[in-house]
Amino acid sequence: MREHTEKLNPPRALWVPFELGRPVGAPGEPAFQRRVIEAALGLLAAPSGPVLESFPEDAPGGVSDDHSGWVCPVNLAPPPAAAEAAGASAVLVEVDQLRPWYQLGREQRGRTTVGVSGLGIEAAVELLAAYLDDPSIASPRDGLSLAQALKFAAEDVKAWYLEAATARPGPARSAALTDWFWRETAAGALLLRVASACCRSDVAGLKALGEKSLVPRSHASLLA
Amino acid sequence: MVRLNDLPDTDARHLRTKECPPFDSEPWVTGPPLAERRVAIVTSAGLHRRDDRSFDMRDTGYRVIDGTLSADALVMTHSSSNFDRTGFQQDVNVVFPIDRLREMAAAGEIGSVARFHYSVMGAGWLPHEIEPTAAELAGLLKEDAVNAVLLSPV
Repeated sequence: MREHTEKLNPPRALWVPFELGRPVGAPGEPAFQRRVIEAALGLLAAPSGPVLESFPEDAPGGVSDDHSGWVCPVNLAPPPAAAEAAGASAVLVEVDQLRPWYQLGREQRGRTTVGVSGLGIEAAVELLAAYLDDPSIASPRDGLSLAQALKFAAEDVKAWYLEAATARPGPARSAALTDWFWRETAAGALLLRVASACCRSDVAGLKALGEKSLVPRSHASLLA
Repeated sequence: MVRLNDLPDTDARHLRTKECPPFDSEPWVTGPPLAERRVAIVTSAGLHRRDDRSFDMRDTGYRVIDGTLSADALVMTHSSSNFDRTGFQQDVNVVFPIDRLREMAAAGEIGSVARFHYSVMGAGWLPHEIEPTAAELAGLLKEDAVNAVLLSPV
C-alpha cells in the first residue's frame, strides 16, 4: 500500500497498483513483468532519496473483482443445501470431477503448488473431515502440529481447486475464483465448518487458525 | 502494493489499522550502474523448496532458494489467507521473478543473478521483530557479492 510505504519511508520503493499476492503484476505476462522489474531496479540510479515512485500501468487482465467472462470448468453439483452436509464424500466427488483440469494445468505449467501438507489430496480432505468428527485427533505428521497440518491440508485443497479452475483458457480473475471456491463448492463449505470448529477450540493454535488463517477476511461473514 | 480502494472493505479497514513505524534514519547508498550489479530477490511470500521446512504460523526465520532451482521446486506456506495465490500458482514469476532476472542478465541489463535468494514469511511483523533475520540475510548477501536486492512483498 502506498499509504503504508509513505509512513515507513524506506530509501527506495516502487508502488504498484496490483492486487495483494501479485507484486510483479500478472501471470504469463513476461513483457509486463519485465517492465515492473526494470522500473523497480531503475530506482537504484536515483541520485538522492528517499524515493517513492508509482508504476504507471495497471496489470493486464483488468480489475480483479470483475466476475464477467469466467465460468467454472466443471459443472459441479449444486452446493449442499445445508453446510452440515458438506462432508468428505461431497468434496471427494468434486475432486474427481476437477481432476482432468487439475492434471491438464499441471502438465501445461510443468508444476503444481499442491503438496505442502505432505498428504495426498484425498487424505488432505479426509483429515479436514476427521477433525470435525473428533477435534482431539493427532497430527498425521511428526513435527507438524495439528493446526499446521489442518492449515496445509486446507491450502492443498484450495490449490487443487484453483489450479484446476485456472487450467481452462480464458479470463480467471482472482476475486471470482475466490467467490466460487467459498460460495459454490463443497470444499469451501467443509473448510468453513473446519474454521468454525477451530474457533471454538481451547487450543490456542487451533483457535488462531480458525480466526485468522483459514478463511479470508473477505468471506468471514460465511462462518457459522 | 495495492490500492486500498480496490480491496474489500474488511481488508481495507484491517490494513488501515496496521502500525507502520518509520525507520529511525534515512540511509542512502549509491553504487555501480545497474549493468554491473549482482541482483538477488528477497521475498516475504513464504516460499521454500518443497522438501524444506514449511513456515510456522509465527516464524521469523528465512529459507534459502538456490538461484538454479526450477519453478516446480517451490511451494508457498505463508500463514495468511488474505492474498491471491492463483497468480503464483500459474506463474512463479508473479512473486519470484527469477526468469525475468535471468533474461535481464542475458541481455546485459544487470550484471548477474545471485547464487542464492531468500524468503521470509511476512505476516505482520514489526521491524524490530524481523530485524535479526534481516541483518543475517544482509551478511549472506554480501558473501555472495550481491549489491542490489529486489524486495518482493505479498
